[in-house]
Amino acid sequence: MDYLYYLRKEKMPHIWCDGCGHGIILKSILRVIDKLGWEKDDIAMVSGIGCSSRTPGYVDFNTLHTTHGRAIAFATGLKIVKPNLHVIVVSGDGDATAIGGNHFIHAARRNIDLTVIIYNNYIYGMTGGQASPTTPIGKKASTAPYGNPDAPFDISRLAQAAGAAYVARSTVYHVGKTDRYIEQAFLKKGFSVVEVMTPCPTSYGRRNKEGNGVEMMMFQKKNSVGVERAQKMSEEELQGKIITGVFVDKEQNNYLQRYDEVIDKAKQINQ
Amino acid sequence: MENIPNPNVRMWQGNVACAEGAIAAGCRFFAGYPITPSSEIAEVLALRFPVIGGNFIQMEDEIAAMGAIIGGSLGGAKTMTATSGPGFSLKQENIGFAVMAEVPCVIVNVQRGGPSTGLPTHAAQSDVMQARWGTHGDHPIIVLCPSSVRETYDLTIRAFNLAEKYRMPVILLSDEIIGHLTEKIEIPEPSTIEIIDRKKPTDTPENYLPYKMDDSDIPAMANFGEGYRYHVTGLAHDETGFPTNDPKKIRAQMLRLNRKIQRFRNDIVEVETFNTDDMDVLVISFGSTARSAKRAVINAREKGVKAGLLRLKTIWPFPDKEIEALYKPVRKIVVAEMNLGQIAHEVEWATRREKPVVRVNKIDGEPITPNEIFEAIIS
Ligand SMILES: Cc1ncc(C[n+]2csc(CCOP(=O)(O)OP(=O)(O)O)c2C)c(N)n1
Ligand code: SF4
Repeated sequence: MDYLYYLRKEKMPHIWCDGCGHGIILKSILRVIDKLGWEKDDIAMVSGIGCSSRTPGYVDFNTLHTTHGRAIAFATGLKIVKPNLHVIVVSGDGDATAIGGNHFIHAARRNIDLTVIIYNNYIYGMTGGQASPTTPIGKKASTAPYGNPDAPFDISRLAQAAGAAYVARSTVYHVGKTDRYIEQAFLKKGFSVVEVMTPCPTSYGRRNKEGNGVEMMMFQKKNSVGVERAQKMSEEELQGKIITGVFVDKEQNNYLQRYDEVIDKAKQINQ
Repeated sequence: MENIPNPNVRMWQGNVACAEGAIAAGCRFFAGYPITPSSEIAEVLALRFPVIGGNFIQMEDEIAAMGAIIGGSLGGAKTMTATSGPGFSLKQENIGFAVMAEVPCVIVNVQRGGPSTGLPTHAAQSDVMQARWGTHGDHPIIVLCPSSVRETYDLTIRAFNLAEKYRMPVILLSDEIIGHLTEKIEIPEPSTIEIIDRKKPTDTPENYLPYKMDDSDIPAMANFGEGYRYHVTGLAHDETGFPTNDPKKIRAQMLRLNRKIQRFRNDIVEVETFNTDDMDVLVISFGSTARSAKRAVINAREKGVKAGLLRLKTIWPFPDKEIEALYKPVRKIVVAEMNLGQIAHEVEWATRREKPVVRVNKIDGEPITPNEIFEAIIS
C-alpha cells in the first residue's frame, strides 16, 4: 500500500525521536484504513496534547488537535453532529487517563461510537518524562527521581469496567495483532479502545535503563502474554508481564442509537 | 372587536427565553452540565431538541461540555453551552481554544455569587472580568448582557449571529435575577429575525486556507467531513492551520485575531440611553441592575435632578466611545453593579478620571435597589 497517500508529506520530518514507537502505531492505523477502503474525507482524527497527540497533524484527514485530555469530549460533539464521519481519537496514557480520565470513562459508559487508540508508553513523553498514571511502582520519572510511589492504572481493564463495547491491548512489536485489533475497533459501532504499548526510549527507557527503542521492543516480545494464557497464571507469574488480547467485544446499543429512541418517544408524545 | 389571542405572546422565564432564542437562531446542538441558576436552559433544550431535529447531551463536566460544542461547531452546527460561576471557570481553557482556532459557539453564564461555590441561588454580576480575561493569553472576546426576558431572547440570537459572523465564541452574561425572572413578552415573527451563518469557503479544497489573511480579516470556515480536509489546533498556526514557530506568521495571525474585534467594534457594541440629552448625572449599569438604575433615574427626575442612564448591552468590547460621547457635560457618574467595581474601573479609564465616579456595589446576593442608586444620584 501507499502510506504516503494518507500522509501530509510536507509536514515531514515528524517530531518523534529515534526509537519512538508512535510511528509504528500510525502505520497500523493507516494500513487498516487502507484495507477498509475508507475515504479520507470521511475520517476525522482527534487528539489532545502529547507526542502521541501530534499524530493528526501528519495525516490527510479532517484533523483536530485539541486541549490536553479533552479529545474525547471534542470528538463526542463532532460525532453527534456528523454521525457518518469515522471519528478516531488518538491519545497518550497521560492524556487519556490522567487529565482526560473522566472523559474516557464517561465516553465508555455512554458507548459513543468512537475508536480511541491509546499510545501507552508509561510516561509523559512530550514534557520530558514526568510520571504518568501508567508508570509502574518504583520506576523512575523526572518527577519520581527515587522511584514512583503511585500505583498504575490498567487502561484496558478500566475501559472494560466503564462499559466500552470493544477493548484490546497490543504492543508495537506485535504489529499483526495491533492491525487486527484496530480493524475490529474501527468496525465496532460503539466505544472501542485499543491500547498499544509503545516505547519511549528518550523519556522513559533511558532513565530506567531499559535500552533503546529496539531493546524496549524486544522486552515487549519476551514479556507479552496472551489474555487466555494469562488467566491460567498466578499474580506472581504475571508480575512485569504485558497481557495482550481482546478483553471485550460485545454488542450493545450506542449513544446515538439510544438518542434515536429518545427522538421517537419525544415525537410520539409531542404529536 | 374580536378578541384574537396574539400567537407570539409568551409567559417566559429568562432562562427559557435563552433556550428558545437559541432555537430561533438555529442552534441544534447543546452540551451542558447542570448548575444553578442555569439548569433550566439545559432542561428546556433536552425537552425541545429531540422534536425539532436537535441534539442535547449532558456531559460529565463543564470542560467536556465546552469541548463538545467546539467539536459540534466544527461539524457545522450552531452550538451552545450554559453554566454559572464554578462551571464558567472550568470552561475557560476550551473557550481559549475556540478563540484561537476561531470556532463559533455560544457560552451562557447565568451569574451567581462567587468566588467558589459562593451563592448558588443568588444573583451577582461579578464575572465581568472573568468573561473578559478568564482564559489565558491576549485574546478578543464578545460579551452581551441582557436586562429583561425579551432581551435575553434577542441577545441570545445576536450572540449566535456575532459568533458566526466573526468566527469566535460569544458569551451571554446573564444573571440569576434575569435568568429566573418571568415576564410576559411578545416574541418577533420568525420571518423578521435576522439570522447570520458563517462564511463558507468558495475556494476549492486544494486552495482552501482555513486561516487566510485577506481584507475581510475573517476567514471562511469549512465543516469537517465535507471535502475540505484541514487541520485545527490550539497551537499558534499559520494560514494553513498547521503549527508554526515563525514569529512573523504568528504575529500576523495574532494581530488579525484581535483586529477582527477592534475593526468591527461598532457593529458589535450596543448600548441604550435613557434621558441622557440634558443630564447632569450619568448612571451606567447593565443586566438586572439596570432595571433598578432606570427606576432611580425616573425618581431622580421627579425630584428635579437631571439624571440619565446608559445601559450596556455589550460589555466587551467595552463601550468606551459611547461613554466618551456622553460624559463631558455631566457633574458625576454613578456606576451600579453587583460586584466591587469591575465596570466602574473601566468607566474611570474611559473617562480619564475627569469626573467623580460613584460606585454602587453589592456582593451579598441581594439586588441593588432603585433607592440605593437614587441616593447615589442625589447625594
Ligand atoms: C492543561 C495542560 N496541562 C499540562 C500540559 C502539559 N503537557 C503537555 S503533554 C503532557 C503529557 C503528555 O503525555 P502523554 O499523554 O502520556 O503523551 P506522550 O507525550 O507520552 O505521547 C503534559 C503534561 C498541557 N499541555 N496542558
Ligand atoms: S519523547 Fe518519547 S514519546 Fe515523545 S517522541 Fe520521543 S520517544 Fe516518543
